[in-house]
Amino acid sequence: MIVEVGAFALLLAFVLAVVQAGVSGMGRTLSSPVLAGAGQGAAIGSALAVLVAFAALIYAFMISDFSVSNVAANSHTDKPMYYKVAAAWGSHEGSLVLWCLVMTGFGAILAMARESGSVKGAGQGLPFGLKASAVGTQGVLSALFLAFTVFTSNPFNRLNPAPFEGASLNPLLQDPALAVHPPLLYAGYVGFSVTFSLAVAALIEGRSLAGLGQGFWPAWGRWVRPWALASWVFLTLGITLGSFWAYYELGWGGWWFWDPVENASFLPWLAGTALLHSAIVTERRGGLASWTVFLALLAFSLSILGAFLVRSGVLTSVHAFAVDPERGLMLLAILALVSGSAFALFAWRAQQLRGGAVFAPVSREGGLVLNNLFLTASAATVLLGTLYPLILEAINGSTISVGPPYFNLTFTPLMACALLILPAGPLLAWKRGDLRGVFQRLALAAGLAIGCGFLGWFLFEPKKALAGAGLALGAWLIFGALAEWADRIRLFRAPGGESLRRARAMPLAAWGMMFAHAGLGVFVLGAVAETAFKVESAAALSRGGSVAAAGWVARLDDVKIIEGPNYLAERGFLTVTRSDGSAPRTVTAERRFFPVGGQTTTEVGLDFRGLDDVYVVMGERRAGVEGAPAWTVRLYWNPWARLIFLGPAIMCLGGLLSLMDRRLRLGVGNRRKPRPLPVATEAG
Amino acid sequence: MVLKSCSGLIRLSGLVRIMLLALFLGMVASPGWAEPAPAPDRPLADTVQEARARALFAEVRCIVCQHESISGSQAGLATDMRRLVREKIESGASDEAIREDLVRRWGDYILFKPPVRLNTTLLWFGPFVLILIGGLLLVLQLRKKRPVTLPLSQEEQARIEDLLAEAELRPDPDAKPRNH
Repeated sequence: MIVEVGAFALLLAFVLAVVQAGVSGMGRTLSSPVLAGAGQGAAIGSALAVLVAFAALIYAFMISDFSVSNVAANSHTDKPMYYKVAAAWGSHEGSLVLWCLVMTGFGAILAMARESGSVKGAGQGLPFGLKASAVGTQGVLSALFLAFTVFTSNPFNRLNPAPFEGASLNPLLQDPALAVHPPLLYAGYVGFSVTFSLAVAALIEGRSLAGLGQGFWPAWGRWVRPWALASWVFLTLGITLGSFWAYYELGWGGWWFWDPVENASFLPWLAGTALLHSAIVTERRGGLASWTVFLALLAFSLSILGAFLVRSGVLTSVHAFAVDPERGLMLLAILALVSGSAFALFAWRAQQLRGGAVFAPVSREGGLVLNNLFLTASAATVLLGTLYPLILEAINGSTISVGPPYFNLTFTPLMACALLILPAGPLLAWKRGDLRGVFQRLALAAGLAIGCGFLGWFLFEPKKALAGAGLALGAWLIFGALAEWADRIRLFRAPGGESLRRARAMPLAAWGMMFAHAGLGVFVLGAVAETAFKVESAAALSRGGSVAAAGWVARLDDVKIIEGPNYLAERGFLTVTRSDGSAPRTVTAERRFFPVGGQTTTEVGLDFRGLDDVYVVMGERRAGVEGAPAWTVRLYWNPWARLIFLGPAIMCLGGLLSLMDRRLRLGVGNRRKPRPLPVATEAG
Repeated sequence: MVLKSCSGLIRLSGLVRIMLLALFLGMVASPGWAEPAPAPDRPLADTVQEARARALFAEVRCIVCQHESISGSQAGLATDMRRLVREKIESGASDEAIREDLVRRWGDYILFKPPVRLNTTLLWFGPFVLILIGGLLLVLQLRKKRPVTLPLSQEEQARIEDLLAEAELRPDPDAKPRNH
């Protein structure tokens, strides 16, 4: 019964989304607040309906209702409860419901955003026309994806007769990180649907905007930025979690493989990061409006492309779990329709978006434009590398592989250039900057960074010049961010009390920027050290045998058969010590066998040693030398691996801080009178 | 109810459990049933040669796992390929000769680094051409609309000096623009 309620709610959500699109559009054309309001109501109703459907789906998984084909295909009574719940979005159908939930949910928040007749004041809400158009566009997007879900991938389809037992979820996905990874990633992907809708709305309203004067684009930038920022934070978290999962679950010792699906999530991230930065120029100076609109359209188009690449199975990948070519074709059609019409609209209307304040090449705007140039070029590189084998094979049937060596030679230098100029950007003044002053203020940071590079080159073995340069780059980002912060609060140049007062008065967005840029530096340090200096070795060990790598020794003490809730495992107990036998610690690594699907997975043994990881993988059992069983044990020393995941976490913290800045606060549901602004205290 | 008791059967039956265990151990241990366990890797004695071998491994795609290079793959075929590469290096073959040999056997697909050819020109040079074009457009655009600044009149100059004298410290350019 509850399953039928879910199926009905999903259909209702689709109908409401269609109503949302139609009525909002009509309300806009007729300038009728009543119709536009009805469209907003439909948006909220649609979100509630998807919520009911999603809850019903989770319920079906919790009680293991195998008469629902999606549950039968992806669940099993043996599974622990939290993986039963997580399986609700582990499959193609379930993940689409989640996608629709996020999309309609964000649509509802957009529908509840404050509205106002004019755009003169900074804190005021969206103008009527823009909001109606945006809600309508969001309705079109929701309707497309809900139709796709209901008519081609309905998770509530019944089976008759119902099987006694389910086929269980792919064991690789039965992992805590992977349970929360899809919701975060989808919140990021789909968050860009709102920036997309706002961009389309701005294009539709183009003609009437001319009457609104110069104040419109800064206001538009202010409405778009929180969405872009929130999506970016979600996407960063989601990608980091996915990468961490690959690191400890696949057992290959690496954390990024330039795999098509990884690239698919990285593409919207790059476009979103560019959007985040160009929207600053739009917000502050009213400039780059057409470029920001273009990026807003691009970010969501790349999100749909990502969904297509993951779901269609056109590319082989580590992460492709629910693959179906036919549905892939449908997604391709949606992608063509959505981005095709949006970019056509852009080409038609972009002429109207010209203008904005002029700026000198050396200025904050100029720096942000350079940032955008490099970010979009890197995104194009990743896109090219991901799709090229596919296109080439389609054209003349020749198969090539584009893997890490390609990206190391193209993406990495482009990104390195972008990172090299990054610390200068925030120190440049708007409109016209003073490059010499910037160099002076960054001289100390540059000196320290170069020193760190040499120190790293000296301390790590083997000595690699390029890795030393990479470490210097990471340190440059961190010191650059700190230099900017120190400059802002006049550290050591004003009395301590004054610096403290300035630090307190510093806008949260500035703190956010500092953390985000420094976090990127932390990530670069980790990525460079891990990639350049990791050491691995492997050996077939009997009980008591040991394997060594880079000053660490792992001794296989014992191997036991362990029975998990839905798997059997060979668990190796190892003692990891330094080569001289000091600092012993027990580590367990497993090889799990899931009888239901007949698959095996590895559980890596991770021994955290400061910033480094000692990483142990249990391999297959085999006959040893004297008949005693032996196991292939792989030992990795991954220096500074902790920083790879810590860096993005710091970046997310920065994003959150920036999001909490009062300047960007969403006017969501806030219909009360705004608090009176404090009277300006700083003399201008 | 029916479902519950059925799963209970599986969970409780010791026989089934033992059978599963046997199956599991059989899978991982018996050489005939699963893929035969490959001989473990024997690194080359010469460290320079071994480093060359490892660098090459990272470029070669494992045909079994597809998304992994043979340097980390545990598949039997990858082990064989590692041995092949090491043997070639020991016999004095150059890196390029080894790559060519691999491509002759398995096609371009085997290398993660695609060859630079006519049909991969766009792939290899596209990113850099793009950044050049973007940079060029940018320069042209910026040159076209450079802001014009007129020199300040004496009166304005005096006012600025006045204001600067009053404000002890430079205000934060990113603070909320409430004074504008």
